[in-house]
Amino acid sequence: MTDTLPGAAIPNPLDEAAITAAVEDAIAAIAAASSLDELKAVRLAHTGEKSPLSLANREIGGLAKEHKAAAGKLMGSSRGRVNQALAARTQVLEAENDARILVEETVDVTAAPRRRRAGARHPLSTLQDRVSDIFVGMGWEIAEGPEVESEWFNFDALNFKPDHPAREMQDTFFVEPPEAHLLMRTHTSPVQVRSMLEREVPIYVLCPGKVFRTDELDATHTPVFHQFEGLAIDKNLSMADLRGTLEHFARQMFGDEASIRLRPNYFPFTEPSAELDIWHPGAKGGPRWIEWGGCGMVNPNVLRAAGIDPDIYSGFAFGMGIERTLMFRNEVGDMRDMIEGDVRFSEHFGMEI
Amino acid sequence: MRIPLSWLREFAQVPADATAEDVMADLVKVGFEEEEVHRPTDELTGPVVVGQVLSLVKEPQSNGKTINWCQVRVVPEGQEQTLTGEGIDPSGVQGIICGAHNFVEGDKVVVTLPGAVLPGNFQISARKTYGHLSAGMIASVRELGIGDDHDGILVLSRIGLDPEIGSDAMELLGLYDQAAEINVTPDRGYAFSIRGVAREYAHATGTLFTDPASKVNAPASLQGGYGVKLNDDAPIYGMPGCDRFVARTVRGVDASRPTPPWMSSRLRLAGVRSISLPVDISNYVMLELGQPNHCYDLDKLAGDIVVRRAVAGEKITTLDDKERTLDVEDLLITDDSGAIGIAGVMGGAHTEVSDSTTNILVEAAHFDEVSIARSRRRHKLPSEASKRFERGVDWRVANIAAQRVVDLLVELAGGTADEAGTDVGTAPEAVTIELPAEFAAARIGIDFTEEQITTSLVDLGATVEKTSSGYVVTAPSWRNDLETKEDLSEEIARLVGYDNIPSTLPVAPPGRGLSRSQQQKRRVVQALADAGLTEVLSYPFVSKAANDTFGVAAEGEARPALKLANPISEEQGFLRTSILPGLIEVARRNHSRGFRDLAVYEAGSVFLPGETLGTDSIPPLGVKPADEVLDGLYDGVPHQPLHIAAVLTGHDSPAAATHTPRAWDWADAVDVARLIADVLGVELVVSQGSHQAFHPGRAAQLALRNGDVVGYAGELHPKLLAAHDMPARSVALEVNVEVLFEAAADVIVAKHISGFPVATQDVALVVPQDVPADQVLAALREGAGELLEDVALFDVYAGPGIDEGKKSLAFGLRFRADDRTLTADEASEARAAAVAVAAERFGAVQR
Repeated sequence: MTDTLPGAAIPNPLDEAAITAAVEDAIAAIAAASSLDELKAVRLAHTGEKSPLSLANREIGGLAKEHKAAAGKLMGSSRGRVNQALAARTQVLEAENDARILVEETVDVTAAPRRRRAGARHPLSTLQDRVSDIFVGMGWEIAEGPEVESEWFNFDALNFKPDHPAREMQDTFFVEPPEAHLLMRTHTSPVQVRSMLEREVPIYVLCPGKVFRTDELDATHTPVFHQFEGLAIDKNLSMADLRGTLEHFARQMFGDEASIRLRPNYFPFTEPSAELDIWHPGAKGGPRWIEWGGCGMVNPNVLRAAGIDPDIYSGFAFGMGIERTLMFRNEVGDMRDMIEGDVRFSEHFGMEI
Repeated sequence: MRIPLSWLREFAQVPADATAEDVMADLVKVGFEEEEVHRPTDELTGPVVVGQVLSLVKEPQSNGKTINWCQVRVVPEGQEQTLTGEGIDPSGVQGIICGAHNFVEGDKVVVTLPGAVLPGNFQISARKTYGHLSAGMIASVRELGIGDDHDGILVLSRIGLDPEIGSDAMELLGLYDQAAEINVTPDRGYAFSIRGVAREYAHATGTLFTDPASKVNAPASLQGGYGVKLNDDAPIYGMPGCDRFVARTVRGVDASRPTPPWMSSRLRLAGVRSISLPVDISNYVMLELGQPNHCYDLDKLAGDIVVRRAVAGEKITTLDDKERTLDVEDLLITDDSGAIGIAGVMGGAHTEVSDSTTNILVEAAHFDEVSIARSRRRHKLPSEASKRFERGVDWRVANIAAQRVVDLLVELAGGTADEAGTDVGTAPEAVTIELPAEFAAARIGIDFTEEQITTSLVDLGATVEKTSSGYVVTAPSWRNDLETKEDLSEEIARLVGYDNIPSTLPVAPPGRGLSRSQQQKRRVVQALADAGLTEVLSYPFVSKAANDTFGVAAEGEARPALKLANPISEEQGFLRTSILPGLIEVARRNHSRGFRDLAVYEAGSVFLPGETLGTDSIPPLGVKPADEVLDGLYDGVPHQPLHIAAVLTGHDSPAAATHTPRAWDWADAVDVARLIADVLGVELVVSQGSHQAFHPGRAAQLALRNGDVVGYAGELHPKLLAAHDMPARSVALEVNVEVLFEAAADVIVAKHISGFPVATQDVALVVPQDVPADQVLAALREGAGELLEDVALFDVYAGPGIDEGKKSLAFGLRFRADDRTLTADEASEARAAAVAVAAERFGAVQR
């Protein structure tokens, strides 16, 4: 394509018919352009330096003074028409072009690859956080302690008599040498003792953590598991306060339909002691009572061991297994799934519980 | 404890149609846990009747066996067979093939007729065998599920029975009875008896209770019996080992007589094997009254019985025919020949009763709980007797139980009781407890009436005296667990019913939320999951080798570790000093299950014993130890910091169309460690490290700015990976996050944000290969001064154009001033100053 029309005479800027014809030619060519590239050629041919209209325009300088105004007016409006047509056509073609490109860029969104690993929390750890949050919301604090513990904190301070059968029921891992009186805590209760020794009354603490018993691993037992225990020490606390606290907690965990039942039981560290059952409205196979943990009023000997006067203060304590809670709340059928570390177990839960 | 319902019914009002399940449901209310139901009819259904063998024809078989072709009458002569069904002969005589030979014509036996089902879902029907139609079976105790006896057919005359032909043999053998098995908590020794459970059943149901002890007519005092001396010269905690010993003599017994079915069936349901009549009687009385007792062959005793502690090196052969060396703390029953029993635990073999025993000495004694518990543990001899003694037996029931044994020996074994008897010892002082009037109400939250309090306590067997301020309560002799007013509150609440406790929600004082370290832990654990890692848990039990490999102390030596005295597996007998061994095992397990791309992490304690380990002794219970004693307890507990470790293997993401995953490498391990530090706002100094579990050239030591080492990150050692069946190039890191928690700033001070334009300059420096990039970067930062906003390494190059043994490090520097737009000269000047420090320190040359 060239920017001149070979052989074409330069139109006279005063020849209205010739100029109009040139304008008509240009507008026709613009309308015929079907792409931005074609339109660019048309623009150069009809508005470029060597186009008839440009050349005619240049002639104005050589005209007699009295003709210049008329010619200028004619040329101005003529070139304006061509430029308008160009602009309009450009807009149309650009829009068409844009639309075409976008259509061409279409992808199959269903084939989007996962570029990031989806991480996951272990549900026992998430559940522990959730339980803690419920109690923190009630104004309680979270207390922690060591997993290898002095025998005194694990047993004696909790009113386990040295030769009483209750002490053996705990299936304890002992640390060598036995003369050092160290063991792996069999419950998180030593944290309660530490809390009583280290905090000022009133005390409202939840003690979650890992505990250890010499059970072989099977579908319902594991030598390492998790508990959360609560302890409240204040003036005038009664078993009714214990029941109220557990009921409130049960409803946060299992919904407003949940309720609890207490059955007499025995623990050296509480008197009275109770077994705690929960009415689980969403239990697999229908609503039913499920054994959840133990609880009771803190034995005065436990308070005395921590230097708290049982004639002034009373308290209650409770404890549940986190594995057990997860098993019946989230329908985990086999203990081993929770502790073998198979990534599928954690990843199924993701970040939620 | 298993409770046969027929036995319970003797002393409690159990409805006739109540099942074992019903009884358990009632007992649960007063604090027993349900275990199982034992019900013979779940396994055995009739018709099972008494039959008489009319004829028995021995028929030798070609296989060498001889079988008996028997005609057995199962309906009394002259009466019609009322049973109908396939294989039931209307004549009342069944033809039965039997392979056993221990019976003869005329014997009465148990016949399981066609239609009966025996334990093991063994269906009885008429079937052709050995050329006859055998319509039923002549049963053995084993086939009936009531014994292990291999001796063949149960011939009823041998167990002392001569029932009417055609009568229900299941009724005769007590097979319609059933037992409820409950779990008894360790404080309630009295409930290891029908006596105790019947009382509790009455409490649970509000019905009447008859004390079995009240049905025994025991003499008020005994004199002139067998000589018994209580010589405990080493009481434990000041408690005499034996504070009552009752001895009674029965002569002329026939110890070989069979145990009557009513007794053996109750024993069986209670889970006690029938041994011989005297032993069965002894066990029966123990189960009924809760008093363990023992029968000696009187003729084998030599001289007076002395109850004393063992002397060093003394030995005894116990009933189980094992010789045991005794400890000086063991309490013994002895005679002139030496030890004849470990008191309350197990009798000796020498004085054991046998079928030929004719004269029996019955012992019913009361032993100290602690003494028995220790002997039982020492000799690993859990027995029905020790179980009861270590939980506490009623001091007052000893002579009653002895009388009951005597009565049964007379009645069932044909003996004659001596008038004279022995009863030595001292009654313990009755425990009286003051119960303030409002105490139980305040502790339980129920506004108990005076009536509820006194009735509950009296029902228990206590005596209650009303005083101006409350009650003085004397606990019954069988309730050694009742010592305090709290104990009494529980009893009142238990009898009134825990279901009546109201619900109130106490309001805790204003809390402080999660502690800083609890928040920090949560943030880090969550951040790792957010970054695509998967949290897992592993056990803290590891081998010594694993600890030696992973648990490196700062100075590069293996850390001392804690050993378990009783590990689940000896191979995993130590507590971890690093999380990595367990985590690598988790990774390996996942890998072997087909998961090739893994990024797993765990947050958990490691166990780092210091110089002091535990305490030599522990203070007593019920009192706050002195401060220095408490300090000792605290100091003796080993350091157990929280560590976080991660193992990465395979690729960073799943392969997919249009996506090429990247293989994890050593830098990812460093980066995850940096992420942990970043989340906490702590600066982590990474330097070339050395750790035997890691690739020697690809291990980063992680430290705080002050130099404290907090962990390692990098590629695991190729040999270690091969040994653990892990893919090559797997990477790992472990950080003591507790140290990072403490290093985090309490308050972060804001930095001024300059709005003036940035000036960027790049510089490439050639340094020796072994100069760490991080240190060159630090030199640049130091040299550039205040105007430097940031500096980053963007390229490392070695190869053509760079001398052998050198490398080129390219850094991008960003300069900005707080108060003006920097000129190009100012930026260049700062850059030159930066390069000068690098040049001086490492001989860096600009490329």
